[in-house]
Amino acid sequence: MTVREVALEAYRESLPVLALSAVGGLFAGVVLGGMDAELQDVAGLLVLVPALLATRGNVYGSLGARLGSALHQGLIDPRFSFDDDRINAAVAAALANGVLISGVAAVMAVALLALVGRPSAPLATLVAIALIAGFVSGLLLTIAVVSVVFVGYRRGLNPDTLAGPVVTTTGDVVGIATLLGATRLVLALGGG
Amino acid sequence: MFPILVVLTAIELGSGLVLDTFEGTLLQYPSLLVLVPVTIGMAGNLGSILAARFSTAFHLGLLSFAATDDRLAGNAIATVALAVTLFPLVGAGAWLLQTVIGGTALPLRTVVLVALVSGSLLAVLAIVVTTVTTYAAYRFELDPDDVVIPVVTNVCDVLGVVVLFGAVRVLV
Repeated sequence: MTVREVALEAYRESLPVLALSAVGGLFAGVVLGGMDAELQDVAGLLVLVPALLATRGNVYGSLGARLGSALHQGLIDPRFSFDDDRINAAVAAALANGVLISGVAAVMAVALLALVGRPSAPLATLVAIALIAGFVSGLLLTIAVVSVVFVGYRRGLNPDTLAGPVVTTTGDVVGIATLLGATRLVLALGGG
Repeated sequence: MFPILVVLTAIELGSGLVLDTFEGTLLQYPSLLVLVPVTIGMAGNLGSILAARFSTAFHLGLLSFAATDDRLAGNAIATVALAVTLFPLVGAGAWLLQTVIGGTALPLRTVVLVALVSGSLLAVLAIVVTTVTTYAAYRFELDPDDVVIPVVTNVCDVLGVVVLFGAVRVLV
């Protein structure tokens, strides 16, 4: 293959996926753009944004990859039920990782802000926001990933190529929207 | 998996701190705030697609680490072309959405220019990071599928914020 052929093939294969994730990212941005009041009320919330978004991709992208591999190996059936121990274990591990790392991110963010001498909301406020957002976004993303991987597989699509784009497009929107919801809830309950 | 997540989170918090330092500018111009997730996401995606293509080429024995390598050069050109195609549209989209919803303080061409400059720079950085990481995996005899994609995605996320910060400082 010549340089030109390689470049054209890579461009054509990547453009649709990137365009789709750009649309998802823009909608996430609109939600973030509307969060200016909350970002001002809760000092340090913006520090958490990149970490929480990346966590969604890292944790639930990996869940998609695990389910895809298990389907390819014939270890699980693409059916929705709570009876399959292998699926339950994969989902539980992803949720536990997703919630726990969100809390850890909040603790680390407060420590980091204190270290560089920048203002930060109380530890309990940021941890509560991160845990609630982590749990709710985890549930939503698990439903999205499992549905897309199973339904896609039943229709003869390769789950390996489906899971990545689904997580990147829905992950940002769900991640920011749940962060906004959790922040409003915690502020309403008197934290902050 | 958890220890890796902690390391990746620590890296991402670094970019969060950069965001925090220019929170004032972002809150003043919400169309720039709209650009934050999409710039981070696109930077990570450009890097991870390139990393996946390099890893596959590497496994198939098709990749050599020379500047004259067709596959290396072709994928690098495609990455820059993708960034130059999509980032101006992303900038225009961010400006349009923010104008419809809340009104913007910045002119369209400033937001498009910030997106285009950030995107072009990020494409070049993604190529450098991906090539170096893939080469390092090869030298240390690690499977590039395991190592390169998480490293490249998260490093590109951080670079996304840093480059956006630089572009905003210079252009706004």
